[in-house]
Amino acid sequence: MPELVLPDRLRGVEPVRSIRTPARLDYEFTAGRATSRFLRGVAEKRLLGQRCPVCRKVYVPPRGACPTDGVPTEEEVELGHTGTVTTFCVVNVQFYGQAMELPYVSALILLDGSDLPIMHLLQEVSADDVHMGMRVEAVWVPDDEIEPTLESIRYFRPNGEPDAPWDSYKDNV
Amino acid sequence: MGKERVAVVGIGQTHHTAVRGDVSIAGMVREAAQRALDDAQMTWADIDAVVIGKAPDFFEGVMMPELYLADALGAVGKPMFRVHTAGSVGGSTAIVAQDLVASGVHRRVLTVAFEKQSESEAMWALSLPLPFQPPMHAGAGGYFAPHIRAYMQHSGAPDHIGILVALKDRRNALKNPYAHLHEADITFDSVKDSMMLWDPIRFSETCPSSDGACALVLTDEAGGDACAARGGNPAWVHGTAFRSEPTMFAGRNQVNPRGGNDCAADVYRQAGITDPRREIDVVEMYVPFSWFEPMWLENLLFCEEGQGWRLVEDGVTRMDGDLPVNCSGGVLSSNPIGASGMLRFAEAALQVRGHAGEHQIDGARRALGHAYGGGSQFFAMWVVAADKP
Ligand SMILES: [Zn+2]
Repeated sequence: MPELVLPDRLRGVEPVRSIRTPARLDYEFTAGRATSRFLRGVAEKRLLGQRCPVCRKVYVPPRGACPTDGVPTEEEVELGHTGTVTTFCVVNVQFYGQAMELPYVSALILLDGSDLPIMHLLQEVSADDVHMGMRVEAVWVPDDEIEPTLESIRYFRPNGEPDAPWDSYKDNV
Repeated sequence: MGKERVAVVGIGQTHHTAVRGDVSIAGMVREAAQRALDDAQMTWADIDAVVIGKAPDFFEGVMMPELYLADALGAVGKPMFRVHTAGSVGGSTAIVAQDLVASGVHRRVLTVAFEKQSESEAMWALSLPLPFQPPMHAGAGGYFAPHIRAYMQHSGAPDHIGILVALKDRRNALKNPYAHLHEADITFDSVKDSMMLWDPIRFSETCPSSDGACALVLTDEAGGDACAARGGNPAWVHGTAFRSEPTMFAGRNQVNPRGGNDCAADVYRQAGITDPRREIDVVEMYVPFSWFEPMWLENLLFCEEGQGWRLVEDGVTRMDGDLPVNCSGGVLSSNPIGASGMLRFAEAALQVRGHAGEHQIDGARRALGHAYGGGSQFFAMWVVAADKP
């Protein structure tokens, strides 16, 4: 291989081993019929799931079909704004692009009447006091700030009810 | 037409480390491939086809890297296949390669898997915000930590089980010159006192970010016989299986996923194994967070559900136990993500060949290699043995 001859002004300069090149990907997201209905419901402060006609499980947010039975889920079910923490973790790790303030409690919350937990933020409680089975309620953004996104629920907080028994959520962990 | 017997006759890997600043991705995969060829006593010209795998392209930001790596892997003018099954990809890639031989399509196949995490931003790539959802995602640890908590709660496992696994794997890694982490002064307390990154997962119970590659040369029965004739100790493939399941469905058990159960049952059936705890001598399983060892012991049918942690506590999975797990130090000691599954398959083969060096289990005749990926939803496994099937 031929020897690379650098101009005088570059001699003695530390060689470049790598460069950082940020990548970005912009895309249009089409929510689809079922999720659009759900998001429009959120904009009215309602949580709408869909029930599978075969296994009777309620999906929220609905995707329009049951992944187990492969059939459309057309029956709409309105859910309450309370639920159970099926499990959770306390995130304490900093990384590039992170949007949340540390530490935060990331919880899987099974909304009452549904069969698949959603991941959301848990606040107004010390991380040490969070536990599986804890009963929680949604805290919404002010009415004039509600948009068709799950971010319209600012977070969940304990609602003071006694813990849900393990058997009531053990299939949804 | 009968199924061709398949042998592993060449194994190569790089010295896994945080930053391989001296080589490009191409140089790194070629290094592993050259070592596998040397071990197989073959040259590039002897290879009929190449099968390559890695984790998502978005990690390093090189789309379809197999196209540019064809040159470095001697694949110009030869069939080349790319496999992609998230973290399990190293295992799935080896299985695709073995299928090409077992089916009689090719006689000698080179298979390679890699990741160069230093040129990548994996935490970010795994935490992309989802539309209309709060930006809660925090990498693989943030995804798996709640399921680990559920396991701890449900099985009644004491907190120190995760610490014991981390300590065991990191100490095993001291016997493996290729391992990324060599923490000679690690102790129970140093693991226990390390930072809670994703409570209940501590820093020292978490895999590192590594640069590295792994390669295997697989041949038909004649190739395996030739290897045996020159004292090369081929590893014979006795079974391979894949399974996958959706990320989300009502009633999904993420602690003990059905896909992993079914995959294990299938690979044992192929290998004629009815009591895996007794009939398998050594296991290399994909454990990126220490708690996955007891969880996978149950999922892979080595014990009853809820009992995996007792095997850990009783020392069964240590190198001097009756079911040694991750003698190489495992994913907890080296994690070039795309290569990590193939490393499990390779380490299983090294054990039955008697080529595992200081971390060899004496007399190992039959071994399981295991990989998983995605949200505990993609599974790949093989059973290899010193004897022909
Ligand atoms: Zn259904």
